[in-house]
Amino acid sequence: MEVKDIRIPNMKYEDFKDNEYLEEYVDELRKNGVNIFVGKINDFLNWGRSNSVWPLTFATSCCGIEFMCVGAAHTDFARFGWEVTRNSPRQADVVFVCGTIVHKMAPVLKRLYEQMAEPKYVMAIGSCAISGGPFKNSYHVVKGVQEIIPVDVFIPGCPPRPDAILYGMMQLSRKIKVQNFFKLPGQPEIAE
Amino acid sequence: MKEPIEKIAELYNAETTENGGRYELTLAKENIHDAAAYLKREYGYDFLLEMVGMDYGDTLGVIYYLSQSTNPAPLLVLKTSTEKSDYPELYSVCDLWDSAEFYEREVYDFFGIMFINHPDMRRIFLRSDWNGYPLRKDYDANPELNPIPHRNEFLVDMERVPSITMSMGKEIETTRSLFDHDEYIVNFGPQHPAMHGVLHLRVSLDGEVVKSVDPNFGYIHRGVEKLCERYTYPQILHLTDRLDYLSGTINRHAFCLCCEKALGLEVPERAVYIRTIFDELTRIASHLLGWGSMCMDMGSITAFIYGMRDREKIMDIFEETAGGRLMANYSVIGGVANDIHPNFVKRVKEFIPYMRKMMKEHHLFFTGNPIARGRMDGIGYLSKEKAISIGATGPGGRASGWRNDIRKIEPYAVYDKVDFEEVIRADGLTFDRYVIRLDEIEQSLRIIEQLIDRIPEGAFLNKPKGVVKLPAGEYFQRVENARGQFCVHITSKGDAKPYRVKFRSPCLTLVSALKEVAPTHKIADLIMLGASFDYVIPCIDR
Ligand code: SF4
Repeated sequence: MEVKDIRIPNMKYEDFKDNEYLEEYVDELRKNGVNIFVGKINDFLNWGRSNSVWPLTFATSCCGIEFMCVGAAHTDFARFGWEVTRNSPRQADVVFVCGTIVHKMAPVLKRLYEQMAEPKYVMAIGSCAISGGPFKNSYHVVKGVQEIIPVDVFIPGCPPRPDAILYGMMQLSRKIKVQNFFKLPGQPEIAE
Repeated sequence: MKEPIEKIAELYNAETTENGGRYELTLAKENIHDAAAYLKREYGYDFLLEMVGMDYGDTLGVIYYLSQSTNPAPLLVLKTSTEKSDYPELYSVCDLWDSAEFYEREVYDFFGIMFINHPDMRRIFLRSDWNGYPLRKDYDANPELNPIPHRNEFLVDMERVPSITMSMGKEIETTRSLFDHDEYIVNFGPQHPAMHGVLHLRVSLDGEVVKSVDPNFGYIHRGVEKLCERYTYPQILHLTDRLDYLSGTINRHAFCLCCEKALGLEVPERAVYIRTIFDELTRIASHLLGWGSMCMDMGSITAFIYGMRDREKIMDIFEETAGGRLMANYSVIGGVANDIHPNFVKRVKEFIPYMRKMMKEHHLFFTGNPIARGRMDGIGYLSKEKAISIGATGPGGRASGWRNDIRKIEPYAVYDKVDFEEVIRADGLTFDRYVIRLDEIEQSLRIIEQLIDRIPEGAFLNKPKGVVKLPAGEYFQRVENARGQFCVHITSKGDAKPYRVKFRSPCLTLVSALKEVAPTHKIADLIMLGASFDYVIPCIDR
């Protein structure tokens, strides 16, 4: 069966980085094969899912302002169907970790993540969320959110430009598109 | 200025020194409270600007910066110290100035100094189970001592708020509960869309009416002050931007000014003009965002989108010249990082009439809107005396009629060469704090308008030679950022790295103001009150 279309309109496939891991997913899907009926439903569901990802409003510091810019007039992520920011983790699909996560905040973030319904995704926005960023040497900063929760997309920058955040969002869209909805890759265990 | 100093020196045996035009009084720890009370009573020192905790090596100390609301320019510095033991103690001054309540908790959190007679000696930023006092020089930063916690803090302090009181020469340790057992308490934050960051409020309610508010900080405490001690001065610069990221450029300017003053470095005229224009643009951007999110909290998403749209124009100007949008990273010690873009002047000139036109629109649509007025009129009264005692500087205090604009009091950069008004409103209500931001945008536009054609030719950077080493001593600089007085205190021992850096966050006192005005209001108004003070949490937590 023809495997799903992971193209994003108006952006060439080659222009994306890190295509290899998506191809791995696709290969795996090809090998295992699904029947046409299930495959079609799957494609349809993923098409819907990837175009209406609802983020949780979770901003701790500076990167949150750039995230707000992405949502506002100039760059407007409503064009991609991401505009429904949810305030409750139970309604959200993805958590944008915008900003530094410190020791006191870590359990809060973990709990928010655990409250989200599967399938759920995490985007680490900014160097703080990736590695602790400029505050890496601090006594109270978590050195990257992957120490607490698994991350799907990392967006570097301090803060990343809105375009970078959009690019990261598209990467997540593409990832969602190649997943087998009925057999979602098991989410990694949360480190205790 | 001479008189109070001589008086205190005589009455309380204080040692007087002069440092950069400021008088410093060193007092024994037994006398600090009495001397402070005397100064307040007799000479009207009603504003405690900040308290800096210090670790002098073998002793721990506190530096108090005092000021009078009637004559705000000269600062008076009090110093005291206590021996470094397991339980160092000092007398609290929080009965004199309300702002001391949070300041002393901060000193306790970082240095472990207990304040006698302080009603609430909990840690302010770190969790109650944190080991050690991080800003002490002998702090053990071993991550195994303080691993990343996997559980939320158990808020037992509801039952046990520790404090020490003195009674008949004996210390009595007491605990009291913050809330009664049958009180109805709502947790508000740290992850809440209307909280403008990760502040955690515990609100005690009576029906729909707020009885008291207990703010919890530290959810974004990044340990910036400790980090500063291991970075060189040019490296610290980029941390200053990230404190109050909405006025990042202004904070950075403050740190640069402080270093330049210490080094005696001449800053080229061109750089001074450019910095001032950048500061004012930042202020406009910050107020637009503050205004937009305040309107959003009232339910008007349109205002937020409008605000962000106009703000984006400023971001474009920044990006063209400095390369960064939110973090312009532009001022450096000795000037600015690079020259302005050839389009800069043109773009700024285009922006001014555009912004004026938009301001008319904003006033028309939002300021006059009956729904907005219904939510803002007659709500959230903060009196002038209280604002001074709390130390709520910036637009929050000016809305209560307190003149505290550093640009007027102690003009830095080129603020003494431009004609602008310090916007003051008398009523101290939510609506005043709303309008004052919009009016300040207009004043900022006026400043930019006067400066943009006068940017002198010449060099833009006078780079200090070699490694930047501030001569040993203490340096202090305050500037007016979009939220109030932002101060930098540097203690240097003559090395390439500072011995101690302290930033005064204007936002911390704004939260005390919220705590002060919130009771008796409806819980729905609490959000409006918070938005009207427009605090930025990472600036509080540092
Ligand atoms: S990555 Fe930079 S901009 Fe983002 S939160 Fe960290 S310090 Fe702020």
